[in-house]
Amino acid sequence: MITDEEMEMLLYDILEIYGYDFNDYAKASFKRRLNRLITLDRFPSFAEFRFRLKDDKEYFNRFIEQITVNVTEMFRDPDFYQTLRKEVLPILSTYPFIRIWHAGCSTGEEVFSMAIILKEANLLHKSILYATDINAKVVTQASTGVFNMMHMKQYTENYNLSGGIHDFSQYYTAGNNKVIFDQSFKNHMVFSTHNLVAESSFNEFQLIVCRNVLIYFEKDLQAKVFNLFDESLERLGFLALGNKESIRLSPANAKFKQVGTEKIWRKMI
Amino acid sequence: MEKDDLKKATKCVVIGGSAGSIKPLLQILSKLKASLDFPVIVILHRKNDPRSSLETLLNNGCALPVKEGEDKETLKNGIVYVAPSDYHLLIENDHSLSLDASEKVLWSRPSIDVTFLSAAEVYKKNLLGILLSGANNDGSVGLERIKNMGGKTVVQSPDNAEMPAMPLSAINIFKPDYVLKDSEIAAVINRFK
Repeated sequence: MITDEEMEMLLYDILEIYGYDFNDYAKASFKRRLNRLITLDRFPSFAEFRFRLKDDKEYFNRFIEQITVNVTEMFRDPDFYQTLRKEVLPILSTYPFIRIWHAGCSTGEEVFSMAIILKEANLLHKSILYATDINAKVVTQASTGVFNMMHMKQYTENYNLSGGIHDFSQYYTAGNNKVIFDQSFKNHMVFSTHNLVAESSFNEFQLIVCRNVLIYFEKDLQAKVFNLFDESLERLGFLALGNKESIRLSPANAKFKQVGTEKIWRKMI
Repeated sequence: MEKDDLKKATKCVVIGGSAGSIKPLLQILSKLKASLDFPVIVILHRKNDPRSSLETLLNNGCALPVKEGEDKETLKNGIVYVAPSDYHLLIENDHSLSLDASEKVLWSRPSIDVTFLSAAEVYKKNLLGILLSGANNDGSVGLERIKNMGGKTVVQSPDNAEMPAMPLSAINIFKPDYVLKDSEIAAVINRFK
């Protein structure tokens, strides 16, 4: 187990050498990720872990891949997708062109879920989904639209619970323990790395989806990211968060109004 | 010292349970004093169902308010916090809660070990850890850490537990301070100083 002081040193090294700032990440979970990586990669001591990280740029890439949490599902929290279908998409349908940003898209399961509900609402043809993550490896993986077969039973259940009315298997081809999603979805997707901590707004959207990302940030960083989302949303645009996340305690809250009981807010001014 | 710091928790009780732990937990909560000067954190393995009414169930018959633990919430004395389903619950140095949606640990999220390990780091000797009935071995490593950091540990007696595997797995790796029937555990919490 590494100490708080060791973690501070490491955070300083990483900022100094690589320009990534993890200082405002929630410490308890970040420390747990560090300990996990040290165990996983069998470093005999913190000193050796620190040395490798400072000295080996390749290893830093692995660090970014492993330190960020990439647990995701298709149609995660089906009620959330049902609310998107019923409350949000009908409003988005009135726009000539729909821009959606998945901030912290991980391996892309939620991006493809969004594409599916847009298609079912007959909106995909005029939509573009921007999918970004700090972790370059997962962004590349997301852009393939290939997912592990292992989870398809769960995803099919989630899809049905989300209000899906079709046979879910029509959206993918199965083979070799993998499923390949309809590649035409990708015509409506743009994948890129983006670091919410350091980078600025790059477009204006009608919907921003950022689920289970902000829980890893401390309160001040959360507030900063909410400002970034505010700047990146059109007036009357929507912000969708994870099931246990809220804009309530941040200053940007004053501009937003919650939609129903799901974690979806609308920018009012 | 800021006035708010005076109210902030300086010690804490953590309770973990899995299969067969609702009954002992209700029994414990029903006997807690209304004036506890520390928070109680409950980690139960539960189904990920947004319509679950576990907090309502636990609130009935407990003199203390029972609520779901929220991200960034600062722990307050005399309140029972329940870990939300599908998230790990961690405790920060400033005694606030952090949620974490990372990989399951021992097939569990929330994981009892994750919260116990995190609480042990923050509260050290000012922590009381309690492990109840369950069918797997989550919690034992965390409970041992609590003991090693100077905290107190209680395990529900395997004879008294509906599912003895979890209490047994703890007893097999270290010697807890108390091995008790469910009806005897509340008294240890009420006396905790």
